[in-house]
Amino acid sequence: MSESIIPESELEEVELYHPKSWWTEKVFSQDAKLIAIQYGLTAFAIGFVALVLSWFMRIQIAFPEMAIISEGTYYQFITMHGMIMVVYLLTALFLGAFGNYLIPLMVGARDMVFPYLNMVSYWTYLVAVLVLFVSFFTPGGPTGAGWTLYPPQAILGGTPGQETGIVLMLVSLCIFIVGFTMGGLNYVITVLQARTRGMTLMRMPLTVWGIFTATVLALFAFPALFVSAVMMLFDKLLMTSFFMPALVEFGENLSYGGGSPILFQHLFWFFGHPEVYIVALPAFGIVSDLISIHARKNIFGFRMMVWAIVGIGALSFIVWAHHMYVSGMNPYFGFFFATTTLIIAVPTALKVYNWILTLWKGNIHLTIPMLFCLGFIVTFLNGGLTGLFLGNVIVDVPLSDTYFVVAHFHMVMGIAPVLVILGAIYHWYPLITGKMLHDGMGRFHFWITFVGSYLIYFPMHYLGFIGVPRRYYEMGQTEALYTSSAADLNVFITIAALAVGFAQLVFIYNVFWSAKNGKVAEKNPWKSTSLEWQTPEQPPIHGNFGKELPVVYRWAYDYSVPGAEDDFIPQDVPNEKVKLAEGYTELGVEKT
Amino acid sequence: MSATSKVPLKDGMEGFVSDWASDQRAFKGVPWGKAMMWIFLLSDTFIFSIFLISYMTARWSTVEPWPNTSEVFALTVNGVSVPLLLIAIMTFILITSSGTMAMAVRSGYQKKRKQAAALLYLTAILGLSFVGMQAFEWSKLIEEGIRPWENPFGARQFGSIFFMVTGFHGFHVSVGVIFLFITARKVLRGDYDTGRRGFFTWQKGRYEIIETMGLYWHFVDLVWVFIFAFFYLW
Repeated sequence: MSESIIPESELEEVELYHPKSWWTEKVFSQDAKLIAIQYGLTAFAIGFVALVLSWFMRIQIAFPEMAIISEGTYYQFITMHGMIMVVYLLTALFLGAFGNYLIPLMVGARDMVFPYLNMVSYWTYLVAVLVLFVSFFTPGGPTGAGWTLYPPQAILGGTPGQETGIVLMLVSLCIFIVGFTMGGLNYVITVLQARTRGMTLMRMPLTVWGIFTATVLALFAFPALFVSAVMMLFDKLLMTSFFMPALVEFGENLSYGGGSPILFQHLFWFFGHPEVYIVALPAFGIVSDLISIHARKNIFGFRMMVWAIVGIGALSFIVWAHHMYVSGMNPYFGFFFATTTLIIAVPTALKVYNWILTLWKGNIHLTIPMLFCLGFIVTFLNGGLTGLFLGNVIVDVPLSDTYFVVAHFHMVMGIAPVLVILGAIYHWYPLITGKMLHDGMGRFHFWITFVGSYLIYFPMHYLGFIGVPRRYYEMGQTEALYTSSAADLNVFITIAALAVGFAQLVFIYNVFWSAKNGKVAEKNPWKSTSLEWQTPEQPPIHGNFGKELPVVYRWAYDYSVPGAEDDFIPQDVPNEKVKLAEGYTELGVEKT
Repeated sequence: MSATSKVPLKDGMEGFVSDWASDQRAFKGVPWGKAMMWIFLLSDTFIFSIFLISYMTARWSTVEPWPNTSEVFALTVNGVSVPLLLIAIMTFILITSSGTMAMAVRSGYQKKRKQAAALLYLTAILGLSFVGMQAFEWSKLIEEGIRPWENPFGARQFGSIFFMVTGFHGFHVSVGVIFLFITARKVLRGDYDTGRRGFFTWQKGRYEIIETMGLYWHFVDLVWVFIFAFFYLW
């Protein structure tokens, strides 16, 4: 057997910042791992607020006679729920938390390349979250413009929160984008310029590929949101007319005139559609790794998976107007965007096939992370198929603004990524805390969450088919559109939603309970090959690896290699050090 | 982090492929700060492009006539109205500052400490004078009654977009000037020779930082060329 080649080191050993006080060690930390936990806890805290808002909304829809919240409050809750979940929870969690924790460890770096900037990124994010949260307590409350914030209504009278809520929302988004850019530059440069010896791009685990590509998308998509937020702020505060046409409000001519509301929609969705993939691509990456690890089999079609991620990322920039089929834009636009939308389904379907082919004849361990992955495949497939309905103009027009749309995007970018996040937390919790999460509570959590969210969103497709419109505070006495059976279905959905909400409380309890009382995790409990589990200490300490950075000899998917005694070969083990199974002279070569 | 690569680099397409297929770094010999600045500038390019696209859309969608730019931006000298005089001077100054910046990068790599510092100070002062003239232009337009929300010469979007985009660009220049002064002071003090650590980041600086600074500065100049073409010549 030939000696493994160890490439020469091109990078000088980095000088780590060593904190000198409790404050710089535990609070204003420059260690990516602690920043990741700060990001994660903040995102979960604000995400929990959004979850509670959804309970109020569901109770209102199911029992309108209770009038648990007012009409204005309902719109405010819809808006805040959507914006918090998409931007402040999912984006921050996948990129800020998982990105910070996993990228340096998985590519074999001591830390992010700009630790100070990384720290500032988190604190800027925290300010953005606080500014958004403060709007609940301002006169008029948070904005009720819908998470898409379409002008002109977003800043006009009659929309709840038009006094200060909308201003705080826009300011908060701008701050978030500034903070994200600082973090995002870190993730991109760490992947491109700070990998360890032997770690080529094609040896990186798909988790890193997903987060990396999503970060690149975010760096190019958030500018559109930033610019439109700035312009809308000016429309609101300086009475400019970027998005505001001439308007009559309550019989009075407003001083606006000549602006284009459609321009905002184009800018918003130029951000908004890549945003879907900013959330989806890290989920794709993580789920690929989890499936491979827990099925003890290499990922099927690794290169195809990488190129699919890159391809989806590129295509996501030319599909945005499929959100605008009913906006009155030129029908030829619809033709173009329907075509690109259907093309993007090709690499996406390819990924789903590859996940299933990875499971095929695998040694599947039904651990909790694996359960969540299986749940993800099913919900994602479901949400992806309804995406094909909505991507076609003719089918979209009658379904637009019904519960079918709500069902579609909650399946595809609500439940599916959240299942991956939960699975990923069960998977990496032992690495982060050194303890295992409680198994019984975990299984309870999975089954209630998975089955429950199906019970919530699957019936919504039917509601959409019969034409029940979304965003309505109550349906009133419209037997033609809102039959009594639809009303009963809404009661059913609400009960399921509250049950799923309860299961999340069990999960939160489990996270805190296990941190103290959990079973101590053995080293590398899932027998994973990637570098984050090969650190000398578990959990990894400041600087991640020991004196020497690891050298990488193989890809991250050497599971059940014929000839090896263990069913996994870590990335930093050279061929000559692999323990051979009996009856083999070499990996893959049997004694004759 | 080091600027030099120990691995021999190949040319052309073959080099591109071998760099991206290699371990450790995709951009061989490129320091982290410089790579970061390139990615940041790509992101910033999106911001300015979207500003300019919005400007074009507004100009097409508004129903009122767009003001005649050669009249609005004219300066009266000795009773003669000269179109685009101030802008010509501003553009000349900014482009010149790009030249002095490029020279500063060269001096930096040659480790000519004082020369590099002097050129950086010169660049900063040129940038500062650009911002000063922009302030003068703004006050002249405001005196004539142009506001973000109204414009006596035609479409109100003219005022809105003009102040927003030149303001955003002016903000970029101002930030650049501040960092140029900081970098110049550090170079003059010899921080990049002695390895003195940054106050906030605790990292040692290197002369390569001047080049990173230069990338930003040239980008701001390039954006100005587009703003000049789209706002003043169209």
